[in-house]
Amino acid sequence: MPITRGFLGKRRPERPDRLPPGQYDTGSGWPTLTAEATPKLDVEQWSMTVDGLVDSPQTWSWREIHALPESTYFGDIHCVTTWSKFDTTFTGVSVDTLLEAAGPRPEAKFVMAHSTTGYTTNLPLEDLTGGKAWVVWDFDGKPLARGHGGPVRLLVPHLYFWKSAKWVTRLELMERDRPGFWEQNGYHDRGDPWLEQRYQGDP
Amino acid sequence: MGAAPAGGWTTGTIIELDHPTDRLVRLRFHVEDRVDHLPGQHYVVRLRAPDGYTAQRSYSIASDPDDPLLELMVECLPGGEVSGFLHDDAAVGDVLELRGPIGGWFVWEGDAPSVAVAGGSGVVPIVAMTRYARRLGLQDQLKVVVVARTWDDLPYAAELQRYGAFIALTRENLAVEGGGDRVAAPPYPAEVEDLVAGAERAYVCGSVGFASYATRLLEDAGVPTDAIRVEQFGETG
Repeated sequence: MPITRGFLGKRRPERPDRLPPGQYDTGSGWPTLTAEATPKLDVEQWSMTVDGLVDSPQTWSWREIHALPESTYFGDIHCVTTWSKFDTTFTGVSVDTLLEAAGPRPEAKFVMAHSTTGYTTNLPLEDLTGGKAWVVWDFDGKPLARGHGGPVRLLVPHLYFWKSAKWVTRLELMERDRPGFWEQNGYHDRGDPWLEQRYQGDP
Repeated sequence: MGAAPAGGWTTGTIIELDHPTDRLVRLRFHVEDRVDHLPGQHYVVRLRAPDGYTAQRSYSIASDPDDPLLELMVECLPGGEVSGFLHDDAAVGDVLELRGPIGGWFVWEGDAPSVAVAGGSGVVPIVAMTRYARRLGLQDQLKVVVVARTWDDLPYAAELQRYGAFIALTRENLAVEGGGDRVAAPPYPAEVEDLVAGAERAYVCGSVGFASYATRLLEDAGVPTDAIRVEQFGETG
């Protein structure tokens, strides 16, 4: 591909080892990108369900999910729109804890995350297990802002952030992969930032 | 709606470039093996330094799919690595890496009576929609409300006015056809009522703050939340 005449680049990353290809460090900012109107979610009405190919479908109320063992993620997040944010802290519950209660069946290979808005995103089950994914409600020790998916969102920090569904309410375990909202609209089915899996057709 | 067209990486040659205002640059590209887009889709522009360092950003398409060139209107952001380069350094004849079209959600194909509410540089994808609507005689199917601080802050201001868009300026008065001025203010619900009436879908594009304002305006006017499609950009506080 051609060198851009006259372009030298301003923002050489200070920590290039932490920045996936094509990303920049957004610093203290946290861009908000949403395809839908931000819902006002009442935690008294909200619940979290794990169903589909599981032995016993589970549903937790807001109070019940807070009674589960707390788990914190500390690290970086990456958005397909090319910003990355270092050293974030999110607190909630590990998806492992939720899955353990529901008991995924052996044929379950993929998960569709559903939001209260109807937003969906698909993930391989193995991207949600082994301490890699959370359902979170705190960011930096404060309740997660509505614009960022508050009061509760999925967090899958090793994938592009559209996989971390805002206002998450259900994880549906499936045998076969099927595309979610952005995936139907041209985005990649997995979304690994280190492989630059941004759009359908990427590696 | 079927799958929207999508294109891989290619190159585009800048055929025309101008600066409609201090902070805007309009770029018109000849794109190698261009894939036709739908109004509302976007492209990624990637800049590449001699040592291989790259920076890339997404920009909405302003041109009608029928336009032989691909038009992007880019607002220069303070310290913007890509927008700053496009604004200050890019020139006619330069070849840039482009990828597109991308995105299948924020698109309008004339398939539903719609209203678009856009703020500042958020008008760009809406301009593509209005150009498309005009070519196909579908103006009745797409009503447009645009908001900016001043006339100069509004890309395509004159074209949008000719289209019949309702324009609200918040920091300066706007001369109204037939005499008088519209006093500087955001759109009042009463001013947009007729434009929103009958819309089955709404498109909101602008900054994060603008998008939440516009969404509220539409909801207050009776548009169901799930009929609103949002494209927003920028940082939160």
